[in-house]
Amino acid sequence: MRLAFVTAGRILRQLRNDPRTIGLMLVVPLVLIGLMAWIYKDQPQIFDHVGPALLGVFPLTVMFIVTSITTLRERQSGTLERLLTTPLTKGAFMSGYALAFGVVALLQALLASAWSVWVCGMSIRGPWWQLVVVAVVDAVLGTSLGLLASGFARSEFQAVQFMPAFILPQFLLCGLFAPRDTLPTGLKQLSDVLPLSYAVDAMNTLATTVSDNSTVFRDIGILVGFSILALVLGALTLRRRTE
Amino acid sequence: MTNNPRHGSSEPAAVAAGNPRHAAGEASATGAGRGEVAIDVAHLRVVRGKRLVLPDLSVRIPHGEVTGLLGPSGGGKSTLIRSIVGVQLVESGTITVLGEPAGSPQLRHRVGYVTQAPSVYADLSVRENIAYFGRLIGASGDDVDWAIDQVGLGDHAGQRVANLSGGQLSRTSLACALVGRPEALVLDEPTVGLDPVLRRSLWTLFHELADAGTTLLVSSHVMDEATRCDRLLLLREGRILADDTLDGLLARTGTRDAESAFLALIDAEEAEGRREVAS
Repeated sequence: MRLAFVTAGRILRQLRNDPRTIGLMLVVPLVLIGLMAWIYKDQPQIFDHVGPALLGVFPLTVMFIVTSITTLRERQSGTLERLLTTPLTKGAFMSGYALAFGVVALLQALLASAWSVWVCGMSIRGPWWQLVVVAVVDAVLGTSLGLLASGFARSEFQAVQFMPAFILPQFLLCGLFAPRDTLPTGLKQLSDVLPLSYAVDAMNTLATTVSDNSTVFRDIGILVGFSILALVLGALTLRRRTE
Repeated sequence: MTNNPRHGSSEPAAVAAGNPRHAAGEASATGAGRGEVAIDVAHLRVVRGKRLVLPDLSVRIPHGEVTGLLGPSGGGKSTLIRSIVGVQLVESGTITVLGEPAGSPQLRHRVGYVTQAPSVYADLSVRENIAYFGRLIGASGDDVDWAIDQVGLGDHAGQRVANLSGGQLSRTSLACALVGRPEALVLDEPTVGLDPVLRRSLWTLFHELADAGTTLLVSSHVMDEATRCDRLLLLREGRILADDTLDGLLARTGTRDAESAFLALIDAEEAEGRREVAS
């Protein structure tokens, strides 16, 4: 486990040396949320519905893209092959990524939720710290899915295409466009097995109900479960020996 | 005449003193002394895609020496090296490294590996790269300084790897393997693209490490580098053409340099093949 922290430290150091990427990861969600608030300036009840859902969508999407590209780079540059000849285990490698991007996600979640509530005037009824917890878990899920997806990409072009392939369907079915209860049968079941649905459910609960901890924590539990599943499957795609 | 330039400026005693893990008793404690077999490859067969790269390769690499793995590119050098460090899918055969099966977890802090393309993080500095690989293997800050010093990158330690020249890049990659002070170092073409002075200083370093008890396997497609090695393995089309010292090889083939010896061996083999077809 120590080596997971060592690896997380290295990844954060790489990020620190690349301020533009950090800027994009932290600022782009704020700009988009701000844009939404502006669009629905005269219909704040719509922003109150869309805003929390977006807080569930951004961490997952941003972390998914960043992670799938960085791990693909590790595979292609030979650093992964080299790491796998050192005492670093596959699990520690994956956990290192989850930890490092979890830290970035915490920052992103703090900024985005503060911005939504205090600047854009989004009203939430649940405790705001739960909003941050959901966002962080959501981001770690994005990282885990990115690690998994990178195992199937042979080039950066393919990795980028996984965003529309993996994430857009979840985006369409997560309840942002039509409440999940109103989806036709089949689509409803499909949205039940997609992780992003639970992130958006949790955010919506926090926005609309005063204290309904049990459903929020159930959703967080489901998100954690999806993360672990993706990390385990991702570790299976990391092969120590290759052709 | 073949002179051995490695004994020029090397100071093995000083290096041994600065390299505590290779102190006198260490080598015997791991069950291998100079002259014993460090890496034992038996009947190795590797297929990559549809291509049979190594049909049936057996070779023994002695402990505490610099063994050169020479031959044209595409001959299987990298495949053999990747098999020895345990990242190559192997169809059959056994490889024992320092008494353990190749790629086993016990070997991961004892074997250093440098890939052919420099595998370091472009967005980290030289020191950050070496420190990361050092931490993975349990090396100290002194080890990091030592590794930077050994590859002559002291003046560039704080520089981002992305801004380095090709030669500096491959030296950073080498230092990332040195930092753990491994018992065996497996280097895939570490001197490609380096200027002659640097190449000489790296070969001096390799021999200092060997004198201190490290086993080195160094591949190269530059035949000139044969003069730098204690032993030579000539690999062509997946088969070992020769496993000898340079002097032994020259005497056997009646040639004056490694390149001619290599050609003589290929000619002899092809003549043999023709005779077999004729009979």
